[in-house]
Amino acid sequence: MSLLNGITYGLLLFMLSSGLTLIFSMMGILNFAHASFYMLGAYFAYQISTWIGFWPGLLVAPLLVGAVGAAVERYGLRRAHRFGHVAELLFTFGLAFLVEEIVHLIWGKVAVDYRIPVELDGTLFSLFDTDFPIYKGFMMLVSVGMLIALYALLTRTRIGLIIQAALTKPDMVEALGHNVPRIFMLVFGGGTALAGLAGVIGGNAFVTEPGMAAAVGSIVFVVVVVGGLGSLGGAFVASLLIGCIQTFSVALSISVTDVFALIGVDLPEGSQLARLTITQLAPILPYMLMVAILIFRPRGLMGARES
Amino acid sequence: MTDALSKPMLQVADLHAYYGKSHVLHGVNLHVNAGEIVCLLGRNGVGRSTTAKAVMGQVVARGGIRFKGRDILGMKAFEIARYGIGYVPEDRSIFPDLTVRQNLMLGVKDTSRCGRWNIDDMYALFPRLKERDNTPGGVLSGGEQQMLTLCRTLMGDPDLIMIDEPTEGLAPKIVEQVGTFLQEIRKRGISILLIEQKLAIALDISERLYLMGHGRIVFEGTPADLKNNEAIRKEWLEV
Repeated sequence: MSLLNGITYGLLLFMLSSGLTLIFSMMGILNFAHASFYMLGAYFAYQISTWIGFWPGLLVAPLLVGAVGAAVERYGLRRAHRFGHVAELLFTFGLAFLVEEIVHLIWGKVAVDYRIPVELDGTLFSLFDTDFPIYKGFMMLVSVGMLIALYALLTRTRIGLIIQAALTKPDMVEALGHNVPRIFMLVFGGGTALAGLAGVIGGNAFVTEPGMAAAVGSIVFVVVVVGGLGSLGGAFVASLLIGCIQTFSVALSISVTDVFALIGVDLPEGSQLARLTITQLAPILPYMLMVAILIFRPRGLMGARES
Repeated sequence: MTDALSKPMLQVADLHAYYGKSHVLHGVNLHVNAGEIVCLLGRNGVGRSTTAKAVMGQVVARGGIRFKGRDILGMKAFEIARYGIGYVPEDRSIFPDLTVRQNLMLGVKDTSRCGRWNIDDMYALFPRLKERDNTPGGVLSGGEQQMLTLCRTLMGDPDLIMIDEPTEGLAPKIVEQVGTFLQEIRKRGISILLIEQKLAIALDISERLYLMGHGRIVFEGTPADLKNNEAIRKEWLEV
C-alpha cells in the first residue's frame, strides 16, 4: 500500500521535475519559480471548479498555466538572458515571490476549499485493511498518460527531434534554420503546463494554500539534483525513489534506536536521538539523500554533466 | 560572374566584431560570387571563424553583410539560414545521440517544401552513411561525421555554404574525398566559402583565395598568385 502511495506521489513529482529538467538542459538555469506554476495550477483549477466544475479545469488550468509560462519566457526571461545566468536566476527567484504575493492578494493567506470531485471520491479497492482511494488511481492514470504523451512527443515527432537537438546544441539547430527562440518558449510553456497539471491533480489531494509552492519546490530540486541535472530518465527514477522514501518512512513505526541496534550500536536510554522515530525523520530524508549524492556522485544518478 | 561589376552573392564590407572588449575583426572585406568556391585562409585565431559566425548572425558585428541583394546583418541566425546560407561549424556539431537519419532530417528547414537534395541523394553520394542510417551520429568516424554534417546542411537547400575547416584531423585520402565532394556540389550551383588553415585542398579547388591576419584581409588573389608569392605565405600562413 505504501508502495502504491509512494508511486503516486513519485509520479506527481516527476510531472514537476520533468519540466524543470527540460528547462534546465535547454537554458542552463534552474527555474526557481517552477513550483509556483504548480501552485498556480492548483489555484486556477480551484477557481474554475467553483465556476464550471472540476473536469473543465483539468484541461483549462494547465493550458492557462502554460500560457502564463510561455509569456514569462517570451517577455521576461528572454530579456533577462542578455544579462547572463545570474540575472536569469534572480529573475526566476523574484518571480516565485511575486506569484506567492499575487496568490495572497487574490485568494488570501489561508487554504482554499479545493476538493476532489464527488465522482472520484471513494475507495477503489482495499488491501490489508487499508483503503486505496479512487482519486489516487486517477492521479496515477493522468501521470502515466502524461508521461507516455511526453515520451511520444519527444521521440516520435519532428518537433520533438528539434527539441532534443536544441537541448544540447541550440546554436547549431538555429544555424540549420529552426526558430530556436520559439522552441525555447514552447518548452518553457510546456514544462510549466506540466507543473500546472500536477497542481490541478495534486492541489486537491493535498492542500491548496500559498505555502504549497515552497513545500514542493525544495523536494523537486532534490529530485532533479539526485536524478542528474538535465536527465529525464534520472528525474523519473529519482521521483519514484523519493516518493517511495517519503511515504515508506512515514509508514514505518521503528525508531532510531532500532536502526542503530541493527548495526550493533546501543544508544543510551533517554537521549534525544533515541526517542526519534523514522517517521519524524521523514522530512529530512530526501535532503540527506541529496547531500549524499552530491558527495559521492555529483553528477547525479544519470546526469551527463560533469559540473 | 567574375566580372567586378556583376553583383556578388555574398558581400562583406568593413566588418568589425568584438568578443567582450577585445576587437576581433578590424574591417573585413570579401565577397563570394554565385557558383564560386572561395577560400578564407589563415592561422588559428586570426578571425576566420568569427567572420563566418558574424555572417551567420551568431556574433554581434558592425559593418555591412549583403546576401542575394539583401542586408542580412542584424537578422537572426535561423532567418539567415532560411534565407539560404548553410553553415558547417568547425566542431561539426553532430547531434551525437540522434541517428544518422535523424541528423539529416534536422537539416530540413521546411517539410512542406521540396529542396534540390533529398535523403536518397545523400545516401547515393555517400553509401557509407546509408549503411549507418540507424547508428547514433556520435559513434561515426571523423570523416563520416564530416560527410554527415555537410549532407545535413545540404538538406536545408542552401544557396551558399560556409564550411569551417572540413579537412581538419582527416586522413589524406578522406581530405581528397571532401575536395571532390565540394566540387560536386558547386556543379549543382551552390557557392562555397571554405575556411582552411592548410593549403591542402584550397589551392586545387578554389577560384579565389583570401588570406587573413590579425582580423583583416592581408592578401586576395587566385591560387596561382598565392603560389608565386612566397613572402606572403611565409608571413601569414606557414609556421
